[in-house]
Amino acid sequence: MTELADGEWHRLHPATPLLKGGIALIAILGIIVANLRERLVEWLIPGAECPPGVCDEDPISIILERYLLLALLGVAVVILVVIGLFWLSWRMHTFRVTDEVVEVRSGVVFRSHRKARLDRIQGINIARSLFARIFGAAKLEISAAGSDANVQLAYLSSANADGLRAEILTRASGVRARVAADAVAAAEAGEGLPVGTSDAVRANLAEVARARLAEFTAPELDPNLAPPQSVVTMNAGRLIGSTVLSSGTIMFVAIVVGVLVAVSVGGAGGWAFFGLIPTLFGLGSYLVNRVLKSLRYSIAATADGVRVGFGLLSTTNETIPPGRIHAVEITQELLWRPFDWWTVRVNLASQSSSPGAAGQQSTTILPVGSRAEVLKVLELVLPSLVTDETRLLIEGGLAPARPEDGFTTSPRRGAVLRWFSWRRNGFMLHTDAVILRRGAVWRSLTVVPTARTQSVAAHQGPLERLLRLAKVRVHTVNGPVTASIGALDVGDASALFRDAAAAGVVAIRADRSHRWGSA
Amino acid sequence: MTDDAPAASARLEPVTGEWRRVSPKYIVVDLVGNVISGAVATFAASLPVWLLNWGPWWWLLTIGVGVVSLVLVALTPRRVRSIGYLLRDDDLLFRRGIMFQRFVAVPFGRMQLVDITRGPLARALGLAELKLVTAAAATGVVIPGLALPAAEELRDHLVALAETRRAGL
Repeated sequence: MTELADGEWHRLHPATPLLKGGIALIAILGIIVANLRERLVEWLIPGAECPPGVCDEDPISIILERYLLLALLGVAVVILVVIGLFWLSWRMHTFRVTDEVVEVRSGVVFRSHRKARLDRIQGINIARSLFARIFGAAKLEISAAGSDANVQLAYLSSANADGLRAEILTRASGVRARVAADAVAAAEAGEGLPVGTSDAVRANLAEVARARLAEFTAPELDPNLAPPQSVVTMNAGRLIGSTVLSSGTIMFVAIVVGVLVAVSVGGAGGWAFFGLIPTLFGLGSYLVNRVLKSLRYSIAATADGVRVGFGLLSTTNETIPPGRIHAVEITQELLWRPFDWWTVRVNLASQSSSPGAAGQQSTTILPVGSRAEVLKVLELVLPSLVTDETRLLIEGGLAPARPEDGFTTSPRRGAVLRWFSWRRNGFMLHTDAVILRRGAVWRSLTVVPTARTQSVAAHQGPLERLLRLAKVRVHTVNGPVTASIGALDVGDASALFRDAAAAGVVAIRADRSHRWGSA
Repeated sequence: MTDDAPAASARLEPVTGEWRRVSPKYIVVDLVGNVISGAVATFAASLPVWLLNWGPWWWLLTIGVGVVSLVLVALTPRRVRSIGYLLRDDDLLFRRGIMFQRFVAVPFGRMQLVDITRGPLARALGLAELKLVTAAAATGVVIPGLALPAAEELRDHLVALAETRRAGL
């Protein structure tokens, strides 16, 4: 068991100020160098004379000539004060993990004290930026519901972060199983990595280097803490293909074609091409970023929920405990259809500060996957929903509409509002979830677990009344997924409204997922 | 819950029951609000004509906005009468609107907090507004025009119910 969760106050990784202020430090250094470049050139290349009138009246020269001692003293004092402040802020930044809460105290002048209840945890995220990975450090973020409600422990040593996550999840789940404790102990023993930085400092340099290398090349999923296989393997070809065939790229091609036509036909000058250059750079960096981030994508089931990891240089690894996913949406870009690729997005009550796979929102838990992979992911995030019986039904939800596929669809007169999709536009009420199928051109399937619905609404406007149609919306926490379905027959909509509301009440009563391990 | 909802009717009426209506005095509050906002909108619509000297055709815009405001004001009593709520065993139902109907069902276990707010005019008439907040921003259930004692009683009742049904988020 990690000693960080013993209920006492602990400090963060000693390199924290450097890691947090790393970028600022480099920036300050850059400014100094830029301002003193004449002088630096002179120092480095003695032959190159400073132009007269620059160095003579340079304040630096005056200081160097007349107040050398004073200047040195001043610089030393400033450096000492800065180091002292960093040290003080590091000393004052403490955290503790008890059986019920995790607390963080920070700040020197303005103190802050943040406490989060463990049974309210919405997810735990371990992020390792490239800079932090060099130091073997990681940022642990405990998400709670709401914006800016997260507790950040930045930075911890990498192994400590993994151990602490396992411990917090075990406590949050409500089980105090010995098995879990043994697993963590075994993991720590088996890894052979330095647990604290003090050990790392004592170990000789070669050993440290080896440990870093091991961390760098280690798979994102700790083999001892999670079943090792990710259910989805991301291959570069599909990743690049899906990005190239996305609507953003198509828009870009359309703009290029538009400019070409304008130049050749309209006689707009060649300068029009210059307008494309920023767009080109933007697209390029987006493509590279997306591929780099998603290449080592993995998603797997652990005892404490779904674990999504990704990133090649900077890695992120998010664990979402059971019952923390409020809605799931499976969508498809238009040009992905021949390849049968899909994207899976979810609604979460918490907002993670680190971006998710493919530089997208952290709510995109599968950037691109085949139909079989989508089903596997769905099985992970909603285990009670995907069984052998419902698998076919859900697969039917991704396909074009067929008679007797279990969905109640819009009537023919719904075509007035849903020109192309009225045949497909429909819903299915499972005991655990409301399933909405929408769209003919841009297909989507939305699944809302009834245990997570906040409320249900039915709407009808004047045009819908004329057509004897209505709209039903299932409210969930805010996110990319909106579960609403229009152009339903009034009778069907009324039935859906009644049944979804009733199913929600039953599911809430049965729901024990805030202490998922105690059931 | 009744399952014999009139399926043949074009009107949305998913749940039939004894809807509790809001106080008729709320018509006054809503009417004053609608008259003021209608007057402001009409005035704003007339600005192009006498500030920017745009052509006389722009008077049509003013007239249009004025007519719409008048219709809204005239429909206020009916709209207020359409507001209703229904306490069932496990959830609260809310309805409003005649042209644009809206029904919402909020399970008691999902209420995060219950708010009472009172505007100056409502306070003069002894009315209060009850707002139910869930984790979803879209829920948006506000029951206006309740007598203050009734609103406070309802709030305490709902909070007590929410406490007994509380689950995770």
